[in-house]
Amino acid sequence: MRRLVWLPALLALGCATPSLYSWGHYEDLIYVSYAMPGKASPEMQVEKLEQDYQQARAANRRMPPGFHAHLGYLYFQLGKLDQARQELETERAEFPESAVFMDRLLGNLKKF
Amino acid sequence: MLAGCATTPSYDYTNLRQHPPRSILVLPPLNESTAVEATWGYLSTVTRPLAERGYYVFPVAVVDQFLKENGLPSAGEMHQVPLNKVAEIMGADAVLFITVEQYGSKYQVLNTATIVRARAKLVDTRTGLLLWDGRTAVQQNSNAGSGDLLSAVISAALTQVLNTTTDAAHNLSRPANGILFNTKGQGLLYGPYHPKYDQEE
Repeated sequence: MRRLVWLPALLALGCATPSLYSWGHYEDLIYVSYAMPGKASPEMQVEKLEQDYQQARAANRRMPPGFHAHLGYLYFQLGKLDQARQELETERAEFPESAVFMDRLLGNLKKF
Repeated sequence: MLAGCATTPSYDYTNLRQHPPRSILVLPPLNESTAVEATWGYLSTVTRPLAERGYYVFPVAVVDQFLKENGLPSAGEMHQVPLNKVAEIMGADAVLFITVEQYGSKYQVLNTATIVRARAKLVDTRTGLLLWDGRTAVQQNSNAGSGDLLSAVISAALTQVLNTTTDAAHNLSRPANGILFNTKGQGLLYGPYHPKYDQEE
């Protein structure tokens, strides 16, 4: 079994490449929505993520894989189907690897 | 100096090089710890290091909801999904199966130790081949060895209270995943979105 790595040693883990993406609140919101569901309404999440998106755009940075799809899913929960559709299509355009899954979700959206 | 760096032989990346995935589906992890919050405490820190490694990572919360709506109520069932179905329905090149083995803070009177330990395996959806697997274990201590018995006890007790309310293990999951994916010779090779993709490490 691997020996435990002590926290100070982690400081030696350098990150030579700058971040590929602008992460904003994406992962934190996922965490809060599961750990403290009352504290992360879809409205609040949408507001934070849209802010993150604007900031990233202003700095000419890309949003991470899944960001737009997650935002689209939140819009769907809020009943905002056009915006949901738009976000899923953005995910599909940004990351062609998502096409099969996005097409499936877009197809499901049509039923509403 | 990272444990094992100098002496552990490099991982055999043959399968990963022959079947390089562009997209990775990360399923909610199996949870062997005593902490029910481990599942999301850990999963919500996986996307970032994996995506920064250069892979497309499916949105974990959307995937979780989608699978639940399709008759798979928990991680246990999700981990049993036939891989060809995953390829067909979601278009994922590979699935990352994670098991959280230990997660949380242990009160040890003179020290409160927060430990996160997990293992992961990456499997090709079209061939079922094991592309990569890895382990990670990270510990953080409340007592840095200052030598004063009373302050060590107080510090340990305080830390335990703080940790359970702020989920210190969640914060420790980030470096745990960093180590899991990025350790030279053991971690995942760079993915297609990374500038160093396909370069020798």
